[in-house]
Amino acid sequence: MNEWKVLLVDDEKEFVTTLSERLHLRGVQAQTAFDGQEALRLIEEDPPQVVVLDMMMPGMGGLEVLERIRRWHPDIPVILLTGHSSTKDGMKGMRLGAFDYLVKPLNIGELIEKIRKAMESVQEK
Amino acid sequence: MKIHEWFKSFHLLEFPEEGESPVRYRLLRRNMLILMLLTTIVPLFFMAVVNYYQYQNALKDEIVNPLRVLVNKTKHSFELFLAQRLSTVSFIASAYPLEELADENALNRIFRVMRQEFGGFIDIGLIDERGIQISYVGPYDLKGKDYTEQSWYHEVVIRGTYVSDVFMGYRKFPHLVLAVQRRTDAGKTWILRATIDTEKFNDLIASMQLDPRSDAFLLNKSGILQTPSRWYGGILDQFPMPLPPFSTEANVVQMRDSHGQDVLVTYTYFVNSPYILAVVKHEGEVLRAWYTLKTEIFFIFVFSVVVIVLVILKLTEVMVRRMQESDEKREAAFRQMEHTHKLSSIGRLAAGVAHEINNPLAIINEKAGLMMDLLEYSKDFPEKQKFTSLTDVILQSINRCRSITHRLLGFARRMEVQIEVLDLNEVLQETFTFLEKEALYRNLDVRLQLAPDLPRIASDRGQLQQVFLNLLNNSYAAVEDGGAVTVTSYEKDLDTVAVSIQDNGCGMSEETIKHIFEPFFTTKKGTGTGLGLPITYGIIKKLGGEIEVQSKEGKGTTMTVYLPKKPKNGVGA
Repeated sequence: MNEWKVLLVDDEKEFVTTLSERLHLRGVQAQTAFDGQEALRLIEEDPPQVVVLDMMMPGMGGLEVLERIRRWHPDIPVILLTGHSSTKDGMKGMRLGAFDYLVKPLNIGELIEKIRKAMESVQEK
Repeated sequence: MKIHEWFKSFHLLEFPEEGESPVRYRLLRRNMLILMLLTTIVPLFFMAVVNYYQYQNALKDEIVNPLRVLVNKTKHSFELFLAQRLSTVSFIASAYPLEELADENALNRIFRVMRQEFGGFIDIGLIDERGIQISYVGPYDLKGKDYTEQSWYHEVVIRGTYVSDVFMGYRKFPHLVLAVQRRTDAGKTWILRATIDTEKFNDLIASMQLDPRSDAFLLNKSGILQTPSRWYGGILDQFPMPLPPFSTEANVVQMRDSHGQDVLVTYTYFVNSPYILAVVKHEGEVLRAWYTLKTEIFFIFVFSVVVIVLVILKLTEVMVRRMQESDEKREAAFRQMEHTHKLSSIGRLAAGVAHEINNPLAIINEKAGLMMDLLEYSKDFPEKQKFTSLTDVILQSINRCRSITHRLLGFARRMEVQIEVLDLNEVLQETFTFLEKEALYRNLDVRLQLAPDLPRIASDRGQLQQVFLNLLNNSYAAVEDGGAVTVTSYEKDLDTVAVSIQDNGCGMSEETIKHIFEPFFTTKKGTGTGLGLPITYGIIKKLGGEIEVQSKEGKGTTMTVYLPKKPKNGVGA
């Protein structure tokens, strides 16, 4: 698990920092970003292997960030976080090429499972 | 009171618009009944009355006119007869000189010719200016008789001619006297008088050829019968009723006769003689045709009224029921609309709340998760066990909250229309959770027999939830407490999956099955809107599917929904 490098993007700071701490405990290297701009900048500086991206963010929304990542870094899989499994935005995100989506509140085991699958899909290519 | 006010005072033109109370329909029914009865029976009644009088007049004329004509004709015959006899006497008085008439032999010869040519003459005599009969030919010995005391003598002296009433006189059989006065060149007056019998009168009456149910006779001006009457006595008896008013033309009067019967008297006064000719008929006989017609008019009127009343009663009943039904339908549709509106409002509110709560919930989840992680990774310390179990409860509670917010969002989502790839089994399970409590309370045996490898289909999750919710609701309503409902999902063929919902409830009759997809048809009196299955049907059609019903009364119902794996072109949002 040491080689995993994940970027967590969410405007809820408490949520994202706690989540990154939990991932660290499980040996995942997790960076955090609190908005879309910051996330894009971090991706440019040091591309992660997987991006976990919240859809509902003030300013640049999750879908816009997703679009840019897909355009500039199509090889980085994006896992979306959504308030609900099948709102229109969620479906749109899947169509825009998100790897998968998860419903908040998260189950940590599920998240790690999804990240693993995303990593595998990259390695298969 | 003006008609308008009258209508107002009875509230006849008021049709209360609102409310479903029975009073409203009673009033409506009453008003319609009264108005319709008024507008039909009143004109009918007037028509019947007008007809009644018109027929009465027409028929009376028709019956009475021939009688009048007959009476006039007979009167003329009488007058002609009397005028003829009188002119015979007058001719003899003028044609023969006094000396010849005074000679009984000569008079006898003349009398023979008279009897031969004219008939009816009984005797003839000559009376001189002193009133003494100086010559006489006839069956009695009347020569030398003095007539000065008798009233007719004076009348003939004054008038010149005279026709007497019928009387018995010396001769003891009905006869009448004709007399004419003449004056000699020397200025002496004399009178020629002849007697005729009334045989001819009877002949004239008989010639009227009246039927046996009527009576005809001659009266004089003091009401003495001059010919025998069938009902009112013999000749020279007093006629037992007052005389009708004077008229020389045939006239008709109604009166009650001495036997207490209503009679119609057709009569006429003679112009030159003191007689009245009368024909009496019983009114009942004469107007029998009219009475028949009157009865017929009456019965036709009564029959029409009865028919009209029955038809109006039925018609009003049907119309008011139709109105009531359409009112109820409108009401139901309105309620359904309101319900839908309310649901969508609640849906939006629920979605908003769920979203807002989800974020803090996610934070709590992560914090508690981290606490759990830390507890796991740390060494033993006092109360570690306790902390672990506390954190575990927090996580469990978060899971409960999560399922609540997800259910709220699921409910809200049903308001939107969207096609997505979904797992039908998941939708069924989700829908089932809505009714889980009811199944538990009523101890229903609900089984989900879901095909594990059911392919995912592209359809509308919210709409499907509504479909299954409706169908499950119906099944739950059909079964008794403790009944069984089985939900089965399977792959029907390459393009279609199927879900069947089977219950062992009350089932439906053939007749009911025919109507279940019609809007507003409901068997749940009072509680159903009659829209559940029509909406279900509409959704399934919209999604390109089919629905099938199998039911037996008392055994249960199976509803099967077939859904295409991919929506056909033009289907869905």
